[in-house]
Amino acid sequence: MKYLDKNVELCTECGLCEEACSKAYFKVADKEKSRIRINMESFGEKITVCNQCGKCIEVCQVQALYRDKNGIVRLDKSKCVNCLMCVGLCPENAMFEHVEFLEPFKCIACGICADVCPTGAIFLKEREMATAE
Amino acid sequence: MDFKVLKSFSYQLGKIIKGYNNRSLYINLNDYSIGEKEVTEMMKDKFIGGKGFGLWYLWNAVTPETKWNDPENEIVIATGPIGGITQYPGSGKSLVVTISPLTGIPIDSNVGGFFGPYLKFAGFDALEIQGKSKEDIVIFIDGDNGKVEIMDIDTESIDSHLIAHALTDMFAKNEEDKKNISVVSAGNGAENTLFGLLNFSFYDMRRKTVRLKQAGRGGIGTVFRDKKIKALVVKFSNTRGDLNCPHDIELIKKTGIKLHKEIRDLDDKQNQMRKVGTAHLIEIMNEYDLLPVHNFKFGAHPDTKNITSKVFKERYFTQNMPDGCWYGCSMSCAKAVDGFELKTGPYKGQRVTVDGPEYETAAGVGANLGIFNPDFIVEANFYLDTYGIDSISFGTATAFVMECYENGIINKDITGGLELNFGNEKAAMELLHQMARGEGFGKIVGLGIKRMKDIFVREYGADREFLNDIGMEQKGLEYSEYVTKESLAQQGGYGFTNKGPQHDEAWLIFMDMVNNQIPTFEDKAEALHYYPMFRTWFGLNGLCKLPWNDIVPADNDMTDNPAKVPEHVQNYVDLFYAVTGKKIDAEELIRQSERVYNFQRVFNIRMGHGKREDDKVPYRSVGPVTEEEYLSRQERYDNQLKEILNYDIEGKSIAERMKVLREYRESQYEKLTDAVYTRRGWTLDGIPTLKKLKELGMDLPEVVEVVKKHLG
Repeated sequence: MKYLDKNVELCTECGLCEEACSKAYFKVADKEKSRIRINMESFGEKITVCNQCGKCIEVCQVQALYRDKNGIVRLDKSKCVNCLMCVGLCPENAMFEHVEFLEPFKCIACGICADVCPTGAIFLKEREMATAE
Repeated sequence: MDFKVLKSFSYQLGKIIKGYNNRSLYINLNDYSIGEKEVTEMMKDKFIGGKGFGLWYLWNAVTPETKWNDPENEIVIATGPIGGITQYPGSGKSLVVTISPLTGIPIDSNVGGFFGPYLKFAGFDALEIQGKSKEDIVIFIDGDNGKVEIMDIDTESIDSHLIAHALTDMFAKNEEDKKNISVVSAGNGAENTLFGLLNFSFYDMRRKTVRLKQAGRGGIGTVFRDKKIKALVVKFSNTRGDLNCPHDIELIKKTGIKLHKEIRDLDDKQNQMRKVGTAHLIEIMNEYDLLPVHNFKFGAHPDTKNITSKVFKERYFTQNMPDGCWYGCSMSCAKAVDGFELKTGPYKGQRVTVDGPEYETAAGVGANLGIFNPDFIVEANFYLDTYGIDSISFGTATAFVMECYENGIINKDITGGLELNFGNEKAAMELLHQMARGEGFGKIVGLGIKRMKDIFVREYGADREFLNDIGMEQKGLEYSEYVTKESLAQQGGYGFTNKGPQHDEAWLIFMDMVNNQIPTFEDKAEALHYYPMFRTWFGLNGLCKLPWNDIVPADNDMTDNPAKVPEHVQNYVDLFYAVTGKKIDAEELIRQSERVYNFQRVFNIRMGHGKREDDKVPYRSVGPVTEEEYLSRQERYDNQLKEILNYDIEGKSIAERMKVLREYRESQYEKLTDAVYTRRGWTLDGIPTLKKLKELGMDLPEVVEVVKKHLG
């Protein structure tokens, strides 16, 4: 399966990935709406993004989170009851929420951000299905 | 299943505004009338919601003469303004209120499951059921279509694991739809004992099964069956995180995520609620000599190692399942045992899912009966739930009869052949099955300790004083499962409760006995003011107590008052504002509780109880009743006599020492009573003063009228 991997040392904090992501999914350049975050103060990681580990699937009572046929962890918004446990319990802090939405959102390894990254700090990588690193 | 609609009522679906629908649902089973009532501003200001609403409706429904099985008695179910939010752990509780068969005064019980939130989303802040039906009925509230129906449904059984499944299947369109149903039911044991409980269901999508949470205390299930209710069913299909239309949802989200993260980072290091739930208390209580063993005689037992949380975790609990009893509860303490094969009773040989065991059940039907077999505890847990019997009252009442049996007060002729020695698990299990069948000695034990004491004195010539000493009931309610002998504050924590000795009002043993944080009478009185009021607040708002202090922030120890968990108190202040838009602070939070707490006290007085006399406690909860108990802690007791009382024990018999110790301990309890009543603004007879009621704004004419009669 594909997932977004990172090489933190190459990151120049230019923010192009955040802009590309929020534009792609929310039609606006707003890092608060990006599914990848650079230097989020509260997270303590330079690059915060989902590694598709699937821990959130375990905690979701309504089974709104699931692994699709490509191995990507996705949210079915129609089932979500907006409890945000997945946001709080994510070991990577990579499930995000925003004041304008009830549902959380996360990286689905589409690669749009990797395409715009000038240094190759983020890139799509292959691994065996369903195992994180 | 065959069914017939006996009465149908349509209502306009509405919208919740800042936590309230501003209406409640009233059903009278005498004539099957169904209607709506307005929830007034007065109710919201003075009673907030949850058990506050329950007590207010109940007050207006009954007279001082009303008995539990009179038609005017009600069962009221309500969550509260915060109830039903999905973002903060422990926000889906229902509060149930009725006149208790055990105590004759209001009982309130706090229970999980989806019923309360779905009732609210269906359009009602409370459900009030009055009257008695002539035939068995099911009440169905269809929150999708705005319809309430009283139905005659032909179900195979009223035992909860069957009827909750059957009705979930019947009212759900398909598997996916089952999560939208919640069933309230009792069972055959609720019908044949006075300590029947109510099961509130939620559907576990992962296990594909109905799970049950219990409104356990005080016999509400008995009232439910006396009204000929088989079940209540609510359906609501579109649960979302903003259905309360809260004032500030962002604040709710932020506060919730903060606590989810705390739980993620700290629960494993603190109480492991996510892994073992309340069962972690078994070994802790044993270690501190607080686990009731042999009818509260002792506080520990070497065989406790067989029933620790480690045993349940490794051999019973199914791990890595989302175990919250409402959405968003990352504390997830609701453990379950899957595929458990029953060895006894009507369902012998079947494989079932058992919710629990919780600490109280393991302590009550395990240690307190001298039974240290986890298989027995899980099996008893299953049957207690499905029969609709409170495991705490069952455990404490059975421990009492075991001690009576061992003392020759009752014998095999009286018990119908059951050899009720401590540790006899076969006899204990048979007693439980008898309760469900309404047969034999089980029928007697099912009356509860208070009535058994009368019977044993009257019929078998038992010594009244001895039974009063060892019978662990007060106000008619059986004690929950903590040994309080060495903690004066917790003797009061049980003794001064409104509903009877249940630990949800106060649990001060560590503060008092272990950490010595409240040494003086004034300190204890302050704690016995603050904590019962603070904890009352959960029941007004539809909240669970556990996420308050079963997880604490990493820096909690550095705060001014770690026992209060200041950061979490602020979370609740924030949540109340975020939902209702009403600004409160930590002091106003306490006053909100005080209003309802004092109202409940006056309600007790109105029903002929609730004074100083009623707050007396059995000596078993205060000190050693028997020489065996004295000797088990002889060093501690001898030292107390020497050091505190300057009593020279040389040459004194154990009986003489016990007498002196008893006089001292009982006098301490009286002094504590004075201090607590004073702090709470009550007379020394335990009656709220007019000054106090005025100060709280609870000088309602009907309240003042009751109080005036007793103030003299």
